Amino acid sequence: MGQSSYYVPHDTSWWPIIGSVGLTSLVVGASILLNGSGGLGQFMMLAGFVVTIFMMFGWFGLVISESMAGKYSAQVDISFRWSMSWFIFSEVMFFAAFFGALFYARMYSLPWLGGEGSGVMTNEVLWPTFETVWPSNGPAEIGGDYKVMGAWGIPALNTAILLTSGITITWAHHALKANHRGQLIMGLFLTVLLGAVFVGFQAYEYIHAYNDLNLKMTTGIYGSTFFMLTGFHGFHVTMGAIMLAVILVRCMKGHFTPENHFAFEAVAWYWHFVDVVWLGLFIFVYWL
Amino acid sequence: MSTAAPAEHDHHEEHATGLTRWLTTTNHKDIGTLYLWFSFIMFFVGGFMALIIRAELFQPGLQIVDPQFFNSMTTMHALIMIFGAVMPAFVGLANWMIPMMLGAPDMALPRMNNWSFWILPFAFAMLLGTLFMDGGAPAAGWTMYAPLVLQTGDAFPFMIFSIHLMGISSVMGAINIVATILNMRAPGMTLLRMPLFVWTWLITAYLLIAVMPVLAGAVTMLLTDKFFGTSFFNAAGGGDPVMFQHIFWFFGHPEVYILILPAFGIMSQIIPTFARKPLFGYASMVYASASIAFLSFIVWAHHMFTVGMPLAGQLFFMFATMLIAVPTGVKVFNWVATMWRGAMTFETPMLFAISFVILFTIGGFSGLMLAITPADFQYHDSYFVVAHFHYVLVPGAIFAIIAGVYYWLPKWTGRMYSEPLGKLHFWTSMIFMNITFFPMHFVGLAGMPRRIPDYAVQFADFNMIASIGAFGFGFSQLIFLYIVLRAIRTGEPATAQVWEGAHGLEWTLPSPAPYHTFDTPPDPQLIVKEGHS
Repeated sequence: MGQSSYYVPHDTSWWPIIGSVGLTSLVVGASILLNGSGGLGQFMMLAGFVVTIFMMFGWFGLVISESMAGKYSAQVDISFRWSMSWFIFSEVMFFAAFFGALFYARMYSLPWLGGEGSGVMTNEVLWPTFETVWPSNGPAEIGGDYKVMGAWGIPALNTAILLTSGITITWAHHALKANHRGQLIMGLFLTVLLGAVFVGFQAYEYIHAYNDLNLKMTTGIYGSTFFMLTGFHGFHVTMGAIMLAVILVRCMKGHFTPENHFAFEAVAWYWHFVDVVWLGLFIFVYWL
Repeated sequence: MSTAAPAEHDHHEEHATGLTRWLTTTNHKDIGTLYLWFSFIMFFVGGFMALIIRAELFQPGLQIVDPQFFNSMTTMHALIMIFGAVMPAFVGLANWMIPMMLGAPDMALPRMNNWSFWILPFAFAMLLGTLFMDGGAPAAGWTMYAPLVLQTGDAFPFMIFSIHLMGISSVMGAINIVATILNMRAPGMTLLRMPLFVWTWLITAYLLIAVMPVLAGAVTMLLTDKFFGTSFFNAAGGGDPVMFQHIFWFFGHPEVYILILPAFGIMSQIIPTFARKPLFGYASMVYASASIAFLSFIVWAHHMFTVGMPLAGQLFFMFATMLIAVPTGVKVFNWVATMWRGAMTFETPMLFAISFVILFTIGGFSGLMLAITPADFQYHDSYFVVAHFHYVLVPGAIFAIIAGVYYWLPKWTGRMYSEPLGKLHFWTSMIFMNITFFPMHFVGLAGMPRRIPDYAVQFADFNMIASIGAFGFGFSQLIFLYIVLRAIRTGEPATAQVWEGAHGLEWTLPSPAPYHTFDTPPDPQLIVKEGHS
């Protein structure tokens, strides 16, 4: 793998500052939009989005070309591995905040609102008729009547889809290591396809929830946790599927060797991460 | 001299110049410099806000600013000092020193390093921009408790997104530091030969990676509660405002150790140098740092004893909190034992370091008082709390940063600062700092609440004293700025080792350190000679 010494880019890079401009434009635009000035906000968001995408193409393209040129030693590879691992860990902690909210609401706030615990006056004073149940939209029944999203329809199917995609990507990885290009591309293609089907099902489920179940983000704590957790997860699956698609294109171009293919592995790790998060979602959001 | 032969480096000294250099650099020393100057600017911006607060509190009654703006000042002062001054200063020191201490050619991911920094000016431009918006800057306190914070005006989404950006910057910076420490050590630099500053930063980086995303999640829930009708922090919908406090402090308590662990590391570099003895209890320092980091995850609710927690929770968080005093005590003991019978001299970094050990310990003791749940019911939200955390942050974090700057400035610039001016800066800072914050213990115990622009007349005298101290402390920092600028321009040339008792790879490099160092790793024998064991 390339050179023996550690690759330090001694030249400069404009990509980070371009990324900063893009991200800032994106979030300033979002802020303006949320404060009620649609036109300017939408324009800034769009501009920020375009600049951020431009940055990603440029920066990742640069890294790919350096990798192809053999500039990255085995030691650089280890830096990438540590960094990707800890990035995924930071993502786990991001989801932990929302899972924490879910568990807190179910374990503490709803029972307390229902009158459990000592010294808790809320039930007695404000909502004496409220009884703890899950799912709940709270004692004020915010969002009105709703129906619960069942676990054994689309969500169970989606569980099977993601688990299968975990198998197909492992198949692709083995094929890559055995230098079987056909199997590699087939396995990866199937993984991307399964990811896309998953996202499609989630979109269908959201439409069903809003139109038929009256289950919305505004449906009290149940709707809040449901859409926050599944929404961020769906976003991550979408990102992961796009990353897989990029890797698929790179596989078809023959970028990877059986020994040297960390980009593939990084995306596979990421894919397994969204898979595991989904299992948590399926159990705690849909099932129990 | 190590492998840093000048001839090899002259070739690499060519780099972009002017603004382009600073915008596009991938060099850890340039990026360290950017972080440090950014932090210095934010230190003065946040300090200016503190002086507005102290000017208003000089006398009882409403004199200078209206209460809403006063609350904005307390909120912004905290956000800017924590995320804009102290954290970037530590990251700047890490950028400059960790690769040189480990014998590494640069940080593990140099381009991402640039991005970690260059997000910050944008994030703080957004945050400071809220001062000019409808409804004013955020005024609900840096802890952003729901539901109060949901009453923020146009500033609200800007505050939330600026925190997201700061979080992205911190996580990328922390990942870079972890990858550098785990993967870039020169051959022979085993984990237990690493300087303590590197160790404490490794542990800090883990804390950052673990908790900054939780803060991002917490503020995201605030955003959706405000704009998208969710009920996370709304009891009517089955949520709970207290839930925000739990999630926030799950981030917030490790955060306070993020603000102090690198300071511990700096102390553990400086004290052995000027005591001319190896650090006492090196391994126990490492284990104590790791223990503090672990405990920091299971003590968060001591910030919220008065919200109405089950008794079991109060007891658990009280005892877990008090347990932190044990590893912290190990550290203080080790610093004192390092100085014991040392051949001590008292240059400016050492003066700041010794005052750190004493004054941080005072802050630690008031923390122990606050940890006692029944006593905290009295102290909660009083000026006693303000006194406590300023004792751990000002003579703690800030003094450590200042000490680190004096200690390493000759290595960065190749020039010495003025020792008499440094001592003047130390004595004015140390005396005025105590004049500012010590009286806050008294008014706090007597019942003065924090975050108020006006107060009962019996607190007047001590508040007047505190305000005088604050202005004295603030203006003392202008001396610091002058000292740094003077050292850069006209300071005496520094030697490679700079300090007689200094050991470590960074002191084997010339002063100023060449633009690229350790392109080839140093001799393992040198690491053994300069190391701890």
